[in-house]
Amino acid sequence: MARAVADIDPVEHRPALVTGDDASFHGITETVVAPVEWKPPLGWYLTFAVSLAFLGLFGVSIAWLIWEGVGVWGNNQPVGWGWPIVNFVFWVGIGHAGTLISAVLFLFRQKWRTSINRAAEAMTLFAVACALTFPGIHTGRPWVDYWMLPAPNQMSMWPQFRSPLMWDVFAVSIYGLVSLLFWYVGLIPDLATLRDRATSRVRQVAYGIFALGWRGSMRHWLHYEKAYLLLAGLATPLVLSVHSVVSFDFAVSQLPGWHTTIFPPYFVAGAIFSGMAMVITLMVICRVVFKLTNLITPLHFDRMAKLILLTGTIVGYAYATEFFVAWYSGNPFELFAFTNRAMGPYAWAYWIMVSCNVLSPQVFWFKKARTSIPVLFVVSILVNIGMWFERFVIVVTSLHRDFLPSSWGYFRPSFWDIATFLGSFGLFFTLFCLFVRYLPMVAMSEVKGVLPQAHAHGLPPDATPEKPIADEAPPRPRPGLARPEPEGSPS
Amino acid sequence: MSQPLLSRLLSRLPWAKGGDATDPAELRLLLAEYESPGALILAARKMRDAGCTRWDAHSPFPVHGLEKAMGLKSSMVPLFVLVLGLGGAAAGMALQWWVSAVEYPLLVSGKPMFSWPAFVPITFECGVLGGALGAVFGFLGLARLPRHHHPLFASQRFERMSDDRFFLSVESDDPHWDRAADLLAEAGASRIEEIGGDGSVKEVHRGSGITSGPTSGTAADTAPGTSEEA
Repeated sequence: MARAVADIDPVEHRPALVTGDDASFHGITETVVAPVEWKPPLGWYLTFAVSLAFLGLFGVSIAWLIWEGVGVWGNNQPVGWGWPIVNFVFWVGIGHAGTLISAVLFLFRQKWRTSINRAAEAMTLFAVACALTFPGIHTGRPWVDYWMLPAPNQMSMWPQFRSPLMWDVFAVSIYGLVSLLFWYVGLIPDLATLRDRATSRVRQVAYGIFALGWRGSMRHWLHYEKAYLLLAGLATPLVLSVHSVVSFDFAVSQLPGWHTTIFPPYFVAGAIFSGMAMVITLMVICRVVFKLTNLITPLHFDRMAKLILLTGTIVGYAYATEFFVAWYSGNPFELFAFTNRAMGPYAWAYWIMVSCNVLSPQVFWFKKARTSIPVLFVVSILVNIGMWFERFVIVVTSLHRDFLPSSWGYFRPSFWDIATFLGSFGLFFTLFCLFVRYLPMVAMSEVKGVLPQAHAHGLPPDATPEKPIADEAPPRPRPGLARPEPEGSPS
Repeated sequence: MSQPLLSRLLSRLPWAKGGDATDPAELRLLLAEYESPGALILAARKMRDAGCTRWDAHSPFPVHGLEKAMGLKSSMVPLFVLVLGLGGAAAGMALQWWVSAVEYPLLVSGKPMFSWPAFVPITFECGVLGGALGAVFGFLGLARLPRHHHPLFASQRFERMSDDRFFLSVESDDPHWDRAADLLAEAGASRIEEIGGDGSVKEVHRGSGITSGPTSGTAADTAPGTSEEA
């Protein structure tokens, strides 16, 4: 059969979401569970070993911080908020693309999300775990972390609910929890698949416990789908609120460079931008290592690259707006803060940020670049770097010129700053390696549901078993698209 | 009367009505296998129109249109989300009011103690948390999960429910139990198994045109599943 015909979905009349010869229900099960049921490739062991080493570095860095105090970091007057906050915002931002893919694209009925949403949601969870570490340790006194909770401390003092830092505690922790619930609910049917295929008693019991006795009953699916839809509807405003609240940490303060109303939308767009880049980085590797090339196709990368282009352009527009407002406001302090940002001692960081975030995604105007794996990989790494520098620029350049010139300073990270940051990647990749090894990386039940043979749309309402009707809709030819040929009965 | 007191009491609870009305030891099940979502929908319509009540359909993904074919009412999960979402938001606002205006009043820039606009973000987050918990636990409660034991799990063929096969199951307390096997077979089942209360499985019907599956006569305990799929 001609490739062009086979790649058109006969129900949707759009490019098929799952390519290859084995796009059957069973074929998808086999493809997805293979990494979980087989011995993983050597590359997995190597990645896992390196990740564990960095996780160890993370542990050592945190232990040294707690032993010695925050003096081990470069944080000092006037830059009291250094890398810990930069890293916190960086990791929270990465998580946002997972929620965008799983919730926002679900509400928009973007069926291509089914191949990548599970891994993207896992990425969200692990990124939030990394993010939450930093506010947990950044005072150097983790034993008083409970001061952040809505409970009186040992001095009978309550937290201040009018402070954006307190909003942040609620927003990020609830975001982590809701992401976990959303991810787990989506996992239940696939855990049942692993339970039903288990060849050892240990696997059967382990997956069986978390599959909750799922029987694929329509009475389950009915409530499951409604719950999933509502979780998506709740997660969508939640994800927008989380990075808005993170940006309030800065915007509500009265510091030139932070005190701007553009921050919430600017931060949200930047978060999705960085997270989408991380999804591409991870998927480019995973689809090859775990042989998912038929499920995660160039079509998926094409669409993610478009989202990168869109959000990257919004971010670039926000950079320009900041400068315009600094000039247009006529406020000399604001103007100084931004002139200093682009031409002061941290100009190198500012221009790394601009070239990575604004210039590099421009290649995605071309379809060739959007579907070229090497280009995607390189640009996604550049965007990750650029977005880390964005947070660095916002935090450090705004602080290092204090209100009195006698208090001006230049922030330099210490060895332990760098070790803690690299270590957080160890935590992230350790968790991700475990995820791809023990859980289905693609939402099987969702992918099966968007296959053409999953639709019974051709069924007239009065059809009976005695009057058998083809399961698939009769092909509706549309101009400009190859007319699909019937592919025979799926089984 | 052989049931223990506890399970008898549990079966009186409203949410146990659908699942455990009969003594599990006496309950028998018919499990019919279909090859495609369309066949499952047609069979479900047949069962619905015949007036069967104690039956269910099982599929590896939600088959859209099946809920109508089964005559199911729409889900009540949104009610849980609404109530718990509003409850969560109210609790969040109440907490902040109580702490800021009653328990630990702290005057900031002459603003009122109950400066509610500053409390909106946390109120919103708490509302989302309540709604999400309502969605998850509403779903689990209405679907009567977790339930790790079910007679259906005795069937090895049923393991393909989560892979690529579509099933209808009928319980022996259905008013049309006597002719249920015929109904399922007429609807084009490729295989029908009967599952006894003791967990025994025996094949009672095999449809025509089956190309895959075990070939031995006593198929009841033959391992189905993935091995036959090349």
